Amino acid sequence: MAPSFREVLKSGKFVITSEIGPPKGTNIEKMLHHIDLLKDKVDALNVTDHQSSVMRFPSIGGCLAIKERGGEPILQVTCRDRNRLALQAELLFAYTRGVRNVLCLTGDAVVVGDHKAAKGVFDLDSAQLLKTIRHMESGKDLGGNALDGTVEFCAGAIVTPEANPIEPQLMKFEKKIEAGAEFFQTQAIYDLDKFARFMEYARQFPVKILAGIILLVSARMAKYMTDNVPGVIVPQNLIDELVAAPKGEAINKGIEIAGRMIATIKKESMCDGVHVMAIGKEEVVPDILKAAGVVA
Amino acid sequence: MKSITKQKPFEEIKQQLEGFDRVYIAGCGTCSTMTKTGGKEEVVEMRKRLQELGKLVTGWIVIPTACDEMTEVAIKENNGAIQNAACILVMACALGVHKLSTYIDKPAIPALDTLFIGIEDGPGCFQEVCAQCGQCILGETAGICPLTACHKGLLNGPCGGTNNGKCEVDKEKDCAWTLIYERLKGQGRLDLMRRYHSPRDYNVAPRPRMIRIA
Repeated sequence: MAPSFREVLKSGKFVITSEIGPPKGTNIEKMLHHIDLLKDKVDALNVTDHQSSVMRFPSIGGCLAIKERGGEPILQVTCRDRNRLALQAELLFAYTRGVRNVLCLTGDAVVVGDHKAAKGVFDLDSAQLLKTIRHMESGKDLGGNALDGTVEFCAGAIVTPEANPIEPQLMKFEKKIEAGAEFFQTQAIYDLDKFARFMEYARQFPVKILAGIILLVSARMAKYMTDNVPGVIVPQNLIDELVAAPKGEAINKGIEIAGRMIATIKKESMCDGVHVMAIGKEEVVPDILKAAGVVA
Repeated sequence: MKSITKQKPFEEIKQQLEGFDRVYIAGCGTCSTMTKTGGKEEVVEMRKRLQELGKLVTGWIVIPTACDEMTEVAIKENNGAIQNAACILVMACALGVHKLSTYIDKPAIPALDTLFIGIEDGPGCFQEVCAQCGQCILGETAGICPLTACHKGLLNGPCGGTNNGKCEVDKEKDCAWTLIYERLKGQGRLDLMRRYHSPRDYNVAPRPRMIRIA
């Protein structure tokens, strides 16, 4: 039997995870293709939960597809759309279907998405969701009632190493660890010196850190991320590299940059692994991993 | 404390008044006067606009405080003009609409949308600072309510969407947790921010909320 994701995290190997974005609609062919393309090249695949508050096929549906096809899923669960009853029910269901890993997120605000008039729930927050998992593992639900059959999850969360101001984020990071987080996927990092400083701090905690790598497909995207994505700063030298790429070749340069970063992180043992996000360009994730020298 | 309102689009008011040819208008001398949504000036302007629409305005009043018990007296004093009308257009907050509906046996039509209970933070600037949740935690959050001032109402610190002290939903709005952090830091009480808050009891006072003082 293949080792569980928790075992992989504990093994000390350089962990690689990636991400699947479910479709808007019932045509799941492309999602299944991405799963088949990536499942054997990575240690686990996240499935996003209405990413950016855009309504889509559910994370649990993607996770079941990954299980069916022999991969290891990480169920992303946000607190935006469900109250504590629905969140616990989702965890019970996921467990019975062999999903053993959960990434706990607060979730983006409803108003940034495509159902702007919807009610944002946020009955729990990410720290409370983590604690809920640990509570359920003890055999009880949040109402204090005994569960007939309990759960066991490898639970993770996210952290933004370059947020400004950073201290409130680090306090939350520590709160998430106390609440039961075993691993963290970081927001996209591009400045490895800054990331090294974060890791100096993070190393003191008994958690695994996977550096977030988001593929840059153009200089425009790099600038957009710097201007609009909280805690993401793409250094000028990377933007210059993308600008200098021949027309139509920027994505290849982005693949090269991502591969180079992963290779450096691994070579210098900066953290425990990477989480590769290619938002909409899952097709090229194998190329990134190849450029990094982590898969054949 | 003020009940903060904004006037509904005139088109919506017009729709609500369809079928009512004779209208009585009631404003409020307290909150909606402050917010310039239902004071004397706005009531007179509304009368003019309704007359332009061909409505007969049977009378108007600016009740000192529409949500107060004295409203009943004011209504009685103006009973003639009110009885002549088919409905009352209320330019007070929803509390005023509620009160008038209890005293008058005619449809009370809201001309305003009630946005929140807020305070005046500067001239003409009103802000929501309390959501009346029934479980005050201001003592641990340096007087800034995260349930109200954080878009997501988070109790355990900022989300990842905050950037340079601003909120992910609006760059003009401050991140509540950055404000709380700064103030607690200044007070030397940052340890409070490290404290875990359990999921809230949303039914500490189940809706509809009411209380009887013995």
